[in-house]
Amino acid sequence: MNQLWLTAKLDIVESLRARWFQIYTLVFGGIVALLFVFGLTESRVLGFIGLSRLLVTYIQLTMAILPIFVLITTVRSVAGDREAGVFEYLLSLPVALQAWFWGKFLGRYLVVFAPVFLAMFGAVIWASIVDIEVPWNMFAYYTGLLAAMALCFLGIGMLISAFARTTDMAQGAAFMIWLVLLLFLDLILLGVMIQGRVDPELAVTLALVNPLQVFRTAALAMFDPQLIVLGPSAYVILDLFGTDGFRLFALAYPALLGLGSAALGYFLFRRGDLL
Amino acid sequence: MIQFKKLSKSFRRASVLNGIDLDIGIGERVALIGSNGAGKTTLIRCLLGEYDHQGEVRIDGLDPRSNRTAVLGRIGFVPQLPPPLKMPVGQLIDFSAALCHTDPARIHAIGKRLGLDVDGILSRQFVRLSGGMKQKLLIAIALGRDARLLIMDEPAANLDPEARKIFFDLLAERLEDATMIISSHRLDEVSSLVNRVIEMDMGKVVIDAQVADDATLTDRLLCRIVLKRFEPAFAKAVEGWQLVPDAGQLVWQGGIAGPDRLRFLGIVSRYTALVADLSLREG
Repeated sequence: MNQLWLTAKLDIVESLRARWFQIYTLVFGGIVALLFVFGLTESRVLGFIGLSRLLVTYIQLTMAILPIFVLITTVRSVAGDREAGVFEYLLSLPVALQAWFWGKFLGRYLVVFAPVFLAMFGAVIWASIVDIEVPWNMFAYYTGLLAAMALCFLGIGMLISAFARTTDMAQGAAFMIWLVLLLFLDLILLGVMIQGRVDPELAVTLALVNPLQVFRTAALAMFDPQLIVLGPSAYVILDLFGTDGFRLFALAYPALLGLGSAALGYFLFRRGDLL
Repeated sequence: MIQFKKLSKSFRRASVLNGIDLDIGIGERVALIGSNGAGKTTLIRCLLGEYDHQGEVRIDGLDPRSNRTAVLGRIGFVPQLPPPLKMPVGQLIDFSAALCHTDPARIHAIGKRLGLDVDGILSRQFVRLSGGMKQKLLIAIALGRDARLLIMDEPAANLDPEARKIFFDLLAERLEDATMIISSHRLDEVSSLVNRVIEMDMGKVVIDAQVADDATLTDRLLCRIVLKRFEPAFAKAVEGWQLVPDAGQLVWQGGIAGPDRLRFLGIVSRYTALVADLSLREG
C-alpha cells in the first residue's frame, strides 16, 4: 500500500510540473470562466436557466475534449517515459510491479479528474455566492459521469501504453481509437440503419458499447428522461434499462471498461519486457 | 552470488544475448566491456528483472523477475544516462529511500561527500541539474543504502577528478560486502576499479579474465611535473586535479587517485611537448 501511494504521489508531482497538465487545467478552467463571461447563466434556451444551462454546456464540451486529451497525454507521457529511460531507472528500485502500475494509474486518475471536477465545482461555488440556483442532482450526476469518463479513457490509455513500444505508435493508436469511437457515434450507425443492412436493435447495442455515445445519451437523459430527441432508439434503450437503470449503466459500464482495459494493460505490462 | 545460465534474449528476430553462462562471486569487481550493441545493457536489464528472457538469472538464488522487491532491495544501480525526471531532488531522494528502507540522511551524506550541495538543490527539478550533479546524486542514491550488488554504467564519466577520487574511496568502503559490475565501452576507463574483466561481443562473452589488483581504490600517487614553459591551456587542463604550481608556474605538484592514473596521464599526454619531467610516486 505504501509503495502504491508513493508511486501515485510521484506521478502526481511529475504531472503537476508537466506542460500538458497546465494546458489541460487552463482549458477546463477557461471553459467555465468563458461560460460565465458570456452570460450563459443569465440566458434561457429550451427551458434551461441558471447553472443548469452552464452545466449542460460544460458536460457537452468536456465530452468532446476530455477523451482525446486524456488518451493522448497518457500515452505520450507513459510511452515517453519508457523511451527516455525513466522506467529503466525507477523500475530498478525495489517497487512491486502492481504497486508501480496501479500507483501510476491512481496518481494519473487524480490529476486527470481534479481539474474537470474543480472547474465544475468552482462554477457551483460561484453560483452559490451570486445567488444562482444550483441543480444539485444534476451536479452530482455529472460529477459521476466525469469520474466515469476519466476512468474509462485513462484505462484505455494505460492499455495502449502497455502494448505500444514507441511514443509515435502509442499516439497513433490512441488517435485511431478516439476516431473510431467518434465515427460510431451517430454518423455511421445512422447510415447503416438507413441502408437497412443491420437490425436497428443491433445498431443501438453497438452505440451503447461506445462509451462516448453512452456519455452523450446519459447527459441528455438528465433533462430529457424519455430520450425523445433520440427517436426510435429511445424505445430500445428504455425497454432494456429503464430511465434509472440507464443512468446507472452510464456510470458503471464506462468505469468497468476503463478498469478492465487497465487490468489488461497491467497483464501485458508484467508479462513482457518492462522497457 | 550472481548466476547466468544459458541466458538468451532476442528482440523480434534479432538475437542480442546468445546463451551467456557466468558466475560472479561476492566481492568481485567486474568490468563489463564491449562495443555498442555488444549486449552489455541488455545483460544489465535482465539482471534488474526489466527484460523477459530465456535461460536463468539468479541473484542469491532468487529470480529478479519474480522476486523483484527482495532482489532489487539489494541492488544499487547507476544508469549511464540520467533519467529526465521532473520531480524535485528532495522527492527523488525520499522516494528512493522509502522504497529501499534507508534513511534519506545517508543519501544526503554521500551526496555531500561527493561535493554536491544537497540542501541547496532539494527543491530543484532533477532534470534541471548539470550532468555531473545528476551523476553524483544517482551515485549517492545507489550507495546510500545497504546494497550488496552495485551495477554502474559508466558511473564516473561525468565526474570531476576530485569527485572521482571520493567516488573511488566510497567504493573502497564497500569492497568487503558488495559485488560490483561496472559497464563501459573502454577498459582503460574502468580497469583500475576492477579485479575481473568480462568482454562481450555480439551477445557472447569473449573474454573473462582476472586482472592484477595491485593498485587499490584508496591508493594515492604523488605527482610532479616540470614544464619547459608555462602554457595557460595546461593550467586549465590540470585545474581539477588539485595540482599546485610553484611561483614560476613551471613545477606542478599534487596527489592523484591511484585508480585515476591512466586517465590523468591521458590528459597530460596532450601536452607532451611541454613536459620536461614527470614523476608519479606511491605515497
